[in-house]
Amino acid sequence: MKALLELFEWIGSGVQMALKTMSYIPSLPRQWKRLLEQCLFMGYATVPLVAILSFFIGAVLALQIGYSIMDFGAKQYIGTIIGLSMVRELSPVMTAIMVTGRVGSAVTAELASMKVYQEVDALRTMNIPPERFLVLPRLAAIVLVIPVLLIVSVVTGWIGGQVVCEYVDWIDLSSDLYYNSLKSFIKIDDLTDGLIKAELFGVGILLISSHLGLRTSGGPREIGAAVTRAVVVCIIFVLIFDYFITNILI
Amino acid sequence: MESTVTVEPVSVSIENLYKSFGEQKVLRGVSFDVKPGEIFALMGPSGSGKSVLMRHLVALEQADEGEVLIGGEPADDPGTQGNIRTAMVFQAGALFNSMTVYDNLALYPREHRLYSETVIWEKVTSVMRALSIEGAGRKIPAELSGGMKKRVSVARAIIMEPQLILYDEPTSELDPILAATTTELIATIARETGATSLVVTHDRNLALSIADRMALLMDGKLVFRGTPDDLRNNNDPQVLEFMNPTIDPLNPRFRKQENDV
Ligand SMILES: Nc1ncnc2c1ncn2[C@@H]1O[C@H](COP(=O)(O)OP(=O)(O)OP(=O)(O)O)[C@@H](O)[C@H]1O
Ligand SMILES: [Mg+2]
Repeated sequence: MKALLELFEWIGSGVQMALKTMSYIPSLPRQWKRLLEQCLFMGYATVPLVAILSFFIGAVLALQIGYSIMDFGAKQYIGTIIGLSMVRELSPVMTAIMVTGRVGSAVTAELASMKVYQEVDALRTMNIPPERFLVLPRLAAIVLVIPVLLIVSVVTGWIGGQVVCEYVDWIDLSSDLYYNSLKSFIKIDDLTDGLIKAELFGVGILLISSHLGLRTSGGPREIGAAVTRAVVVCIIFVLIFDYFITNILI
Repeated sequence: MESTVTVEPVSVSIENLYKSFGEQKVLRGVSFDVKPGEIFALMGPSGSGKSVLMRHLVALEQADEGEVLIGGEPADDPGTQGNIRTAMVFQAGALFNSMTVYDNLALYPREHRLYSETVIWEKVTSVMRALSIEGAGRKIPAELSGGMKKRVSVARAIIMEPQLILYDEPTSELDPILAATTTELIATIARETGATSLVVTHDRNLALSIADRMALLMDGKLVFRGTPDDLRNNNDPQVLEFMNPTIDPLNPRFRKQENDV
C-alpha cells in the first residue's frame, strides 16, 4: 500500500517536472549552445553502438527468417520481413535500449551528482530553474537525435540482412531481389509509426532519468543507486509501453 | 571594489520558526530580525541548525511552523524569489563542477541576461581580483584548493549583486590571514553595496569584529541576541562556555544529545 502511494507520488512529481520543463520551451533558442552540446554528446555516445548492433540484428534476422521460410520457397520475402520488423519494432526498441544505457544513465548520474553536491540548490537560489537549465536542453536534444538514430539503425539493419542474404550460400538471395521486396511492401506509414514510437521512448527515457537524478538525496552512494534504478525503470518502461503503443499504432 | 552597484537592502524577519527532520527537532521556535543593510552574525555549535535555518531563507526548506520573511514577503513565495535577489554562499561551496570558474561566476548575469558579455567579463574580472583568484578563471572547481573554492563561491554570490547575502561559514577552511581578509571583504561588500548580510559562522573574530548584531543558536533556540558588546558583557553560563576560546565548542558537553529534545 505504501509502495503504491510512493509510486503515485513519484509519477505525480514526474509529470509535474515534465510540464514545468515544457513550459520553458520558449527559452530554447537562447539555450542553443547547451542544446548543441547535448546533441553531440548523445550522438557520439549512441550512433556507433546503434549501427553495430542493428547490423547484427538485421543479419541474424536474415538467418532466422531464411531458415524458417526456405522450405515454403518464399525467400524473396526475406527483405520485406526484415524491413518491416526493423522499421516498426526492432529499431525503435533497440535504439531505446541503447539510449537508456548510454544517455539515460549519464543523465541520471550527472543530475544526481549535481543534486547531492548541492549544485541544484545553488541553481535554485540563483533563480535558475533546473527544469529549464538542466532538463530542457537534454530533452530537446534527445528529440533531435532520435530520428538520426532510428534511420541509422534501420539502414544498417537492412544492410546486415542484405549481406547475409547475398553471401550465405543456402540463402543466396540477390541484393536486387532483397531491396525490391523491401521497397514494394514498406510504406511511409511504417516509417512514421516507427519514428513516433522511438520519439516517445526517447522522451520517456529522458524524463525518467532526469526525474530520478533530480530526486536523489543523501550521499554520493545514492548516485550509483539512482543510475541503476534509472536503467531498470527505463527498460521496463520501454518494453511495457511498447506493447501498448504498438497496439494503438497498428 | 571597482564597478560596485549599490542595491536596495532588504530586511529579514524570522518569527517562531520550527523545523524537524523526522523525530529530530532541529529548530524549536527561533525568532530574530535583521535590519536592512545590517551585518548579522549567527553563531552556534556544530549541528545546532544554522545551515538549516539559512536554507529556509532561500526556500530550500519549508518551515513546519512560523514565518520567514524577506523584505516583508514570505521567503518561499515564487514572487519574492523573483523580486528580491538573495545570494547564498554554501558551506560546501556548491560550485558547478562541470563549468570553469569563470563560467561559474558568469552564469547568473548570463542566464538572467543582465549585461553584455564584455560587461560581464569586466565584472567577473574585478570580483576575481578583489578575492585574489585572478589566475583561476579557466580552472574547474576540482582543480582548486578548499580555500579557493570558498572564495569562488563568495565571488559567485557577489556577482549576483544581491540585496541579501547569506554566508554559510565563509571563513572555514581558510588560513588565518585569508580568514581575516575575507572577514574584511564581507564588511566591505556590505558597506559598498549596502546589501544586508547574514553570516553563519564559528569564527568569533569574524562575528565580533564586523557584525552589527548577532545571535547564538543552541539546541534549536536562540540563547543570545544583541550586539557584539552585549555578548562580551554577557554572563549567561551557556554563552560564556561557547564564547570562551579555551573550551572546544565541539565538545559534546556543550551540545545536548540529539535525542534529548
Ligand atoms: N535534510 C536533512 N535531513 C535530515 N536531517 C538533517 C537534514 N539537514 C540537516 N539535518 C540535521 O539537522 C541538524 C542541524 O544541521 P545543520 O547543517 O543546520 O547544522 P549546522 O549548525 O549548520 O552545523 P555546522 O556548524 O557543522 O555546519 C543536524 O543534526 C543534521 O543532521
Ligand atoms: Mg552548517
